[in-house]
Amino acid sequence: MRRIRRKVAVVGAGLTLFMRRALETGKELSYYAASQALESAGLRLRDIEAVVVSSGPDAFDGVHMKGEWLSDGAGGYCKPIMRSYVGGGSGVFSIIHGWYMVASGMFDTVLVVAEEKMSSCQPHPQGAFLTIFDHTLERPLGPNLLWIFALEQSRYMHTYGISNEEIALVSVKNKRNALNHPCAQVAAELTVQDVLSSEVVAWPVHRLMVSPVSDGAAAIVLASEHVAKRITDKPVWVEGVGWCLDTSYWGNRDLAYPRYVEYAARMAYEMAGIREPRKEIHVVEPYDPFAYKELHHLEGLLLAERGKAAEDLVNGRFDRDGELPSCPSGGLMGVGNPIAAAGLMKVCEIFWQLRGEAGKRQVPGNPKKGLAQAWGDLMQIGTVVVLGR
Amino acid sequence: MGIREKPTRMDQVQSWRADFPVEYLYTTGVAGERFAKTLRERGMLAATRCQRCGVTYLPPRIYCQRCFADLSESWVEVPLQGVIHTYTVVPVRATGEPSQSLEVIAYIRIDGTEGGILGRVAVSPEAVYIGMAVEGVLAPPAERRGAVTDIRYFKPILS
Amino acid sequence: MARKRESSPQNPHDVGRVMREIPERPRGTPLKDQDIREGKVSLIAWKPHLEYRWDSGVAISRFLLGLKEGKILGVRCHSCGRTVTPPRAFCEWCFRPVDEWVELKDTGTVNTFSICYVTWDMKPLEIPQIPAVIEIDGTHPRVGFLHLLGGIGEKDVEAIRRRVRVGMRVQAVWKSPAERVGAITDILYFQPLE
Repeated sequence: MRRIRRKVAVVGAGLTLFMRRALETGKELSYYAASQALESAGLRLRDIEAVVVSSGPDAFDGVHMKGEWLSDGAGGYCKPIMRSYVGGGSGVFSIIHGWYMVASGMFDTVLVVAEEKMSSCQPHPQGAFLTIFDHTLERPLGPNLLWIFALEQSRYMHTYGISNEEIALVSVKNKRNALNHPCAQVAAELTVQDVLSSEVVAWPVHRLMVSPVSDGAAAIVLASEHVAKRITDKPVWVEGVGWCLDTSYWGNRDLAYPRYVEYAARMAYEMAGIREPRKEIHVVEPYDPFAYKELHHLEGLLLAERGKAAEDLVNGRFDRDGELPSCPSGGLMGVGNPIAAAGLMKVCEIFWQLRGEAGKRQVPGNPKKGLAQAWGDLMQIGTVVVLGR
Repeated sequence: MGIREKPTRMDQVQSWRADFPVEYLYTTGVAGERFAKTLRERGMLAATRCQRCGVTYLPPRIYCQRCFADLSESWVEVPLQGVIHTYTVVPVRATGEPSQSLEVIAYIRIDGTEGGILGRVAVSPEAVYIGMAVEGVLAPPAERRGAVTDIRYFKPILS
Repeated sequence: MARKRESSPQNPHDVGRVMREIPERPRGTPLKDQDIREGKVSLIAWKPHLEYRWDSGVAISRFLLGLKEGKILGVRCHSCGRTVTPPRAFCEWCFRPVDEWVELKDTGTVNTFSICYVTWDMKPLEIPQIPAVIEIDGTHPRVGFLHLLGGIGEKDVEAIRRRVRVGMRVQAVWKSPAERVGAITDILYFQPLE
């Protein structure tokens, strides 16, 4: 991997409410988030040279080439625009996509917008996910999306001897953290018992271990070094990016450990010059569409020992005032999960945390480096970004 | 037996069939709500106008796509009147079955706006031309649903 | 970029208000189910009519014909030495064509399983489905595929977990030869060997 010389900064961020069903269309949600990100950066649309639009499967909307459809609401009118899409990993991939547009030297300012409107898909957006299963060998068995998460969680628990009480604690922590997030959809003060008393949807997964179906949008503004230094005294630098895709023969690999997340993290750490991630990362937003995923990903990110993330969680290491605050936003479990927008929401959170602008969610200790990660496709992609100031 | 061996008999070739069991329910959004209400109640087209850029958007949107100004409070109403920007004559339905008669489908630029509407024009294929002035014929008020289908068709404006 | 000059961002002192954090009232208008039921919002419904026919390809076509004969087939790559199933025409590790077909046993080991009480559209299931990844005997470690467990005869989580565990030995239960059509569902389910 070559060393990239041109520095890229995040200089603005915006977010809509996350909600079960929005009145707004996808374009309107995109506009809310994009215009807010521009405003926070003190820029106007004409200052933006290129646009990245990120959104999940077209099947959620029944709109072919959704990125192009969303483009004018995302500020892409008559500009170079590209869609960024790697399933659930899209939100964090979108900043990577924007990063190389600036790092390459091609553009100085890029607007990155992630939108999802899952509520249009009836009777349930899971219908759009049926197509991720192999059409000949898996779909005839009548699968649903819960299966693959439940199967992965089950293997993870079996391999490392993790209990469902420990998994439930992720829901408790994140839903509580989300009480301080003005955009949150499913914030709550719960106990482990509440989570375990919610019905089993697919053992070992209980209803309160699953993130909700959501509508929402998020946006950030990226700028090259000389532009960033002119428009803000608090640029947050993109210090490392990484992504990796494992095989789609998911029955042929180790479900207890996401090695593709590790490869993505190692790529980002190398670029950021990070040798000891556990000491050098001060705040983290791992992807948490299901409760166990946060722990699974903290291990893949090398921020917890294999099989030990649950123990760290119980000991308070990942609390907002713990040694390594994890999902201080409230994550997908608390803020909500409009797929692509949820991933970029995590990037927004790290941006606000590093600038000391996270309000009631601010983690103590003046964090200097943070990491956001997303995950998706057929349990196969990891997307990672390291931000620093 | 090598994997490189290709199937040579048709009974060795397998396939699998399935459908895609989803349907969609779209909100029309902040702009769409106003558009629907205006069409239903007053038989007019609601458009948004950006003063700075001097552009009137139809279909309406709550933002100016050029300068990103918020247009959610910047509405104008225009009548269902415009000119044929382009047209086609369609002898078959989307399903491939022959249509009862030839249909003229046109994109109609609505007067006073940048945009327009796709519609059917009640005119013979021999008589239609680009630039023809047309007006919309609406469903009776009681039958209007606030959807674009409330515009039954367009017809030439006789001068 | 040629446009760089004219589109260069403005100076910070030109900016009226630079916003921080998330605004206290983020934008977005949540709808309730009631708003939909009572027709308070304008909605457009659309049902696509889409059907697909997927060709099974070289490797899976043969796999399906094997199932019709009551056999589970795999393929072997001589370069990395792996035997894998479902079969594929190429080894994704070595990126070369695989070398030979292997007839596997119809027995295996449960790698992981779930007990699922809902359908994809979140309707409750009285009798749960038990999806599992089965590592088929004779393959490389941790190589398996998705199928269902059956013949358990229980409905609730605890009772099923007393009968089913990770590492359990299982065997395929096949449809009768006359009923088989060359599909993954020619195997009805896998059931415990013990």
